[in-house]
Amino acid sequence: MNTIIFRTIAPLIVATMLVFSVYVCLRGHNEPGGGFIGGLIGAAAIGVFGMASGVATVRQALRVDPMAIAGFGVFLAGFTGVLSLFTASPFMTSIWLYLPIGETTIPLSTPLFFDIGVYCVVFGTISAIALALESDREEEL
Amino acid sequence: MDLGLSLDTSLLLVALVPFLAAFVAPFVHRFIRPVSGWILALVPGGIFLYLLGFVEPIVSGGTISAGLDWIPSYDIRLSFFVDGLSLLFALTISGIGALVVLYSGAYLKGHPHQGRFFGFILAFMGAMLGLVLSDSLLALFTFWELTSITSFLLIGFDHGRQAARRGAIQALVITNIGGMFLLAGGILIHQIAGSWDLSAVRGMGEVLRGSGLYGAVLVCILGGAFTKSAQFPLHFWLPNAMEAPTPVSAFLHSATMVQAGVYLLARMSPSLGGTEAWTLTLTIIGGVTLLWGALGSLRQTDLKQILAQSTIASLGLLVLLIGLGTEASIAAMAVYFLAHALYKAGLFMVAGAVDHETGTRDITTLRGLADKMPVTFIGAGLAALSMIGLPLTIGYFAKEEMYLGLIGGQWETALALIVLVLGNALLAGVALLVLIRPFLGDLAPTPKPPHEAPIAMLAGPILLGAGGIVAGLLPDWVGHDVLVPAASAVLGETVKSHLSLAIDLTSPLLWLSALTWALGILFYRQADTMRTLLRRFEQGLGWTADTVFDAVMFGLIRFAGAVTRFFHHGQLEFYLTVVFAGLALAVFGPMFAFGGFDWLVPAADLGDWSKRLVLPGLQPYEWGIILLAVLGLVAVLIAGTRLVAILSLGAQGTALAMIFLLFGAPDLAFTQFMVEILSVVILALVMTRLRLDERDHRPFEDWARDGTLAIVCGAGVSLLLMLVLTGTLDTRLSDFFTQTSVPIAHGHNIVNVILVDYRGFDTLGEISVVMGAGIAILALLRRRKAPLPPRSADPTEPNHRVTEAEA
Repeated sequence: MNTIIFRTIAPLIVATMLVFSVYVCLRGHNEPGGGFIGGLIGAAAIGVFGMASGVATVRQALRVDPMAIAGFGVFLAGFTGVLSLFTASPFMTSIWLYLPIGETTIPLSTPLFFDIGVYCVVFGTISAIALALESDREEEL
Repeated sequence: MDLGLSLDTSLLLVALVPFLAAFVAPFVHRFIRPVSGWILALVPGGIFLYLLGFVEPIVSGGTISAGLDWIPSYDIRLSFFVDGLSLLFALTISGIGALVVLYSGAYLKGHPHQGRFFGFILAFMGAMLGLVLSDSLLALFTFWELTSITSFLLIGFDHGRQAARRGAIQALVITNIGGMFLLAGGILIHQIAGSWDLSAVRGMGEVLRGSGLYGAVLVCILGGAFTKSAQFPLHFWLPNAMEAPTPVSAFLHSATMVQAGVYLLARMSPSLGGTEAWTLTLTIIGGVTLLWGALGSLRQTDLKQILAQSTIASLGLLVLLIGLGTEASIAAMAVYFLAHALYKAGLFMVAGAVDHETGTRDITTLRGLADKMPVTFIGAGLAALSMIGLPLTIGYFAKEEMYLGLIGGQWETALALIVLVLGNALLAGVALLVLIRPFLGDLAPTPKPPHEAPIAMLAGPILLGAGGIVAGLLPDWVGHDVLVPAASAVLGETVKSHLSLAIDLTSPLLWLSALTWALGILFYRQADTMRTLLRRFEQGLGWTADTVFDAVMFGLIRFAGAVTRFFHHGQLEFYLTVVFAGLALAVFGPMFAFGGFDWLVPAADLGDWSKRLVLPGLQPYEWGIILLAVLGLVAVLIAGTRLVAILSLGAQGTALAMIFLLFGAPDLAFTQFMVEILSVVILALVMTRLRLDERDHRPFEDWARDGTLAIVCGAGVSLLLMLVLTGTLDTRLSDFFTQTSVPIAHGHNIVNVILVDYRGFDTLGEISVVMGAGIAILALLRRRKAPLPPRSADPTEPNHRVTEAEA
């Protein structure tokens, strides 16, 4: 995949896809989307980036091991469930917080963070697999 | 003492604080490295002082219970219960625990993982305290297993050494098997008695003993206790556990871990004891263990091994006493437990100090250390006096009390008496050996020049030894505060203490004691001869329980390997054939069985297909998408190369996603798009990685087999879906979600709301599986690369070859 066109365009595509993946994840509660699909888009972006610029560059850009992101996702999702225990309700009861900022109100909720956890898991796991498959033999997985 | 907390909370804290302390211990250690032992010893020390406050109410005959709801729907409570027995154990555990933590601060000074060690040992102590304070059988089981796991970590602390790892695994395997027995026994007791609480079960001895399941309960509880307390023939893990650092041995093998089984037996004796089976099993196993351990002790030359074997003997002695079950023998059990904990912990600490300051633990090379290590010698002396059971020590009371119940009985009691005298005499011989050989005589050269141990390592032996003597001088106190509450708790009725300092020359007890001492001296003098004889006997035997354990473990691994190779032989094609054949069966089987075909195509319509097959009225672009899907499918089948096939499959999937999009499932469509794209990318990558042929060469038989399976599965799933559509859809669930999604879950996207809210628990499970699968895939990919490093590890080698070839 060493065509000039691809290598030039890839970063643009990757950036757009990553932003779009976050957008899709965040809007998921009311519109089509969600953490799962968002994570898949993000992972696809990482896959494309890896093909264009090489796995080492991607790993450097990510800074964190993708599997660590996935682990954090499981932790975050589980943790949001535990939070409800402090309000004396059963595990995973959702908690909503309406945060007024200026004229608008931002609804924050534990399902939102749960969904972000799902995003991290899907993004991390699929990216890790894609990068491992893309990496060349001499490279460390 | 009361910190303003309720009793429930504070009693709960006794069991939980050590775990919290264990969690912070590594960090505390990092900051206050030189004094961390002194600071962390405050935790068990504080618990000890707090528990002392319970002595008053317990001695006056009360019990204390507290608890929190754990799983109320199953009537399971995290309940705690303090009576004389549990208080005796808890005080010993926390008291010795404080000294052990202090000791290990000096013993492991400078060890890179000392902070971790503190964490392990505090967690272990918490598990042990929880075990003896638990009222609920399930809580007891949980803490029981926690002691197994934490002791595994402690025994295997020097994980770089193979012997330590083996000892740790052996202890874990044996005690966990016992844990499973205990769990089964607990469930059976709950079935019979209808309660998880030991305090309630205790009053139901008649019910338990009369039950048809009594035998099973007995086997389970004894299985748990005998594995934990290293009874013959399951004793072999204990000497191997000596691979642990010495403070661990001092703690595990004096007052904790191995005593958990003794505690369980004592606790269960009012509910299960008194039957012939109980008495016979306990006395025989206990007696055999006593003699076996004591003889084994004489066989050793390593100080720690000597003490380990003598611990086995003492455990057998305690089990024997519980089995006898008379008032005097239970009283003796309580006093002997305390005496043994005091002197054994002290002696282990002495052994550790000797090892630490001279570099060896071999009694055949150590000589005359008394001058160089006078305080250690005093500590060893105090402990050994109690172990021999000389007057004015607590060991003396324990021995008197043992003999008291056995004088003038039937031949069975006479036999027990002989075993006890012999066992005590052997232990006295061991005590002399441990005291005299390393410390008296002329100084012999040692690997390190001997010098006195630091104060943190001397505090334990001196305090514990002094404790044994002080207790021996205060028979009223021992009787009133130790013997009576503990023995009464076991027997369920108030016991009278008859300990006294007075020496009555006409009493046969005194002469039995004298006989014990005389035999002890004899055994000491003949120690070398006996060692040679015992070693020859063992060599003649050819195998030990230890070798049997190895054989069993090896067989287990071989068996697992054989089973794995049978089911998991690595032929992917065969797996897939089985999986898809199974799918076809699962789809067609029920359809045949429940007459699905008649429903789908009634016999009356068979001749007239046009009635059934009506072209749906679709828009032209909808036809276009369906055409695309069909084209993609055809392209997969006729594709010349694998890459084209992969791409065609992607195109076909994309067409399907568009169908989802058109018929009102945007979320599904969205996900399907991404899955298709990623599948194409990943399949293509896998293909290049596996270096597959560009084309798919398959013999005709394979091709026919795979094709048939594919058609059968596809047809089955299609028919099933058509069958589903002929019925009326039950829309109760979707109606519920449509109506409640916005009001109670604040979301308009029902699919997402179901995923993250209604069925969030499922999603949590699924993402955990996704991550687990990811880790497995990475491991497989890494494994594929694993054979490479040996070649690339030495980068010069291939170059050499190249140059040689060029030359």
